[in-house]
Amino acid sequence: MAEYKRPQSLKPMATPYCPGCLHALATRLVADVIDELQQSQNAINVVSVGCSALNLYTWKGDVIGAAHGRAPAVATGIKRCLPDRLVFTYQGDGDLAAIGLAEIMSAANRGENFTVIFANNQTYGMTGGQMAPTTLIGQKSTTTPFGRDPMTTGYPLKMCELMAVLEAPVFVARYALNSPKGVMDAKKGIRKAFELQMAGKGFTFIELLTNCPTNWGMGPIDTLEYMNTNTIPYFKPGIYKDKESEA
Amino acid sequence: MEKKFMKGCEAIAEAAVRGGCRFFAGYPITPQNEIPEYLSWRLPQVGGAFVQGESEVASINMVYGAAATGKRALTSSSGPGISLKAEGISYLASAQLPAVIVNISRGGPGLGSIQPAQSDYLQATKALGHGGFRAMVFAPATLQEAVDLTYNAWEYAERYRNPVMILMDGCLGAIMEEVEFPEMKELTADNVKEWCLDRIDGREDDHMITPILPEPLLEKLNIGKGMQYKMWEKLDTKVEEFMLEDAEYVVVAYGIAARVAKEAVLRLREEGCKIGMVRPITLYPFPKASLNNLDYTKVKGVIDIEMTIPAQMREDIELQVKDRCPVYEYGRSGGMLLDDDGVYEAIAKIVKGGE
Repeated sequence: MAEYKRPQSLKPMATPYCPGCLHALATRLVADVIDELQQSQNAINVVSVGCSALNLYTWKGDVIGAAHGRAPAVATGIKRCLPDRLVFTYQGDGDLAAIGLAEIMSAANRGENFTVIFANNQTYGMTGGQMAPTTLIGQKSTTTPFGRDPMTTGYPLKMCELMAVLEAPVFVARYALNSPKGVMDAKKGIRKAFELQMAGKGFTFIELLTNCPTNWGMGPIDTLEYMNTNTIPYFKPGIYKDKESEA
Repeated sequence: MEKKFMKGCEAIAEAAVRGGCRFFAGYPITPQNEIPEYLSWRLPQVGGAFVQGESEVASINMVYGAAATGKRALTSSSGPGISLKAEGISYLASAQLPAVIVNISRGGPGLGSIQPAQSDYLQATKALGHGGFRAMVFAPATLQEAVDLTYNAWEYAERYRNPVMILMDGCLGAIMEEVEFPEMKELTADNVKEWCLDRIDGREDDHMITPILPEPLLEKLNIGKGMQYKMWEKLDTKVEEFMLEDAEYVVVAYGIAARVAKEAVLRLREEGCKIGMVRPITLYPFPKASLNNLDYTKVKGVIDIEMTIPAQMREDIELQVKDRCPVYEYGRSGGMLLDDDGVYEAIAKIVKGGE
């Protein structure tokens, strides 16, 4: 029996995330994989702005705070100077898919040899639940109080699908963290992405579908069901690009 | 030492490499394109990295990442691009990361014009970004001075863990002059900073580079930086004082304007006028003492010559003159250049006309 312990790559403190928030699980998965790969001293966590910024205080290992949306640019500067380090960004959907769209697309297109962990909870959690670029059609937020209307706000951005049409990325995959299977698959995907990076293969992108009980206005269990009936049908989990396997 | 006849932008690019720069990120904008073009082939020769960013925003944030690793990092741009870099420069100041930013300035505001102007003085010295911080601003007037200031810029940036700006206008970026290059700085493991993300020393503790702090710590940082800025004034102010001993009129000008103004000063001296010049080399810290300590029993007027309208350095000058004599200004703007006759006539009118 494997012992269930706190990952070395997290500080011995309570998670700062709200009760039931899957950000905590996403962070834990990343930390677990880094421990397993014995990279806790070698990893550099490029933290973004939003709830993901809480990583600054919980991450045990080298960590740097980036400006909103700019984590892929910051990671580019770091990885070009320290190519032997395991570099990853941890970004939310507002950060990555709205204000940071240019930075993520360009870093991916350059094939920068780092990993992006993208937590997609379809809301701006830290600022109190405004519409995100990934907010679902009809989903309520503080700036779409009657539900997201595509006639005025467009459609939720599918980042994995966008990444997959680029030539350079080597591994692009989406996982939903609302089921044990999804969690186990996600962990495998994160591990694969980090291993590809360590082998110098290029840009890897992991999207993790998460929830926001606080701003969705639901109990944690209800958010998991909401993800099954609403989020997953639109943001389909799966491997969107796997250059190594294709080759 | 090696002498070379070189264009301004390329000269400072080479000086940066010799000063230890090993990372550059930038985005094309006139009139500074020769800097990234030169570094795109030069940096790989010395084991450095060059990235053409997707924007000025991305480029300054790449520099932020590179600076965090302890490497000497550079970006360059011109006015409109510097505005875009404002966010990242503020983050550099907040996270206390050393980096060098070059502004080869042009006419403004807005897209302005691509011709040379000195229209970014206020931006450079007062508001390089949000949140209240300062950066040292070096303003060379010759290419040799530009080479020397660039070569040593990281020493200041690292000493104070703060961004440094080199402000040159498009004239200085484009002209060719003979320059002497100093030796290549050999940066060793000792040069890797104790705070950076590199683990070259085998450290086991973890490092956090952060642009956000709990309020009491942020206030502490603000106070510390305030004291540091005062210290720069004492230790790092650079200025050229020219023919001030008996001067009745004092011209104040920097960069390209100072070169043109100096010609006018020399011509007026030949005609018997008692005139001198103060040339700030650091725009921040501003050489306050050079103006405050003038003998105002003799000085009848201070004349601010800038290649921008309205003059932007004027308030800094007036704060030192303190109404002890009139302050005049003359300039051209929008990419229209200062010329010898125009500057001479403007100054002569004040000096001889007793205006």
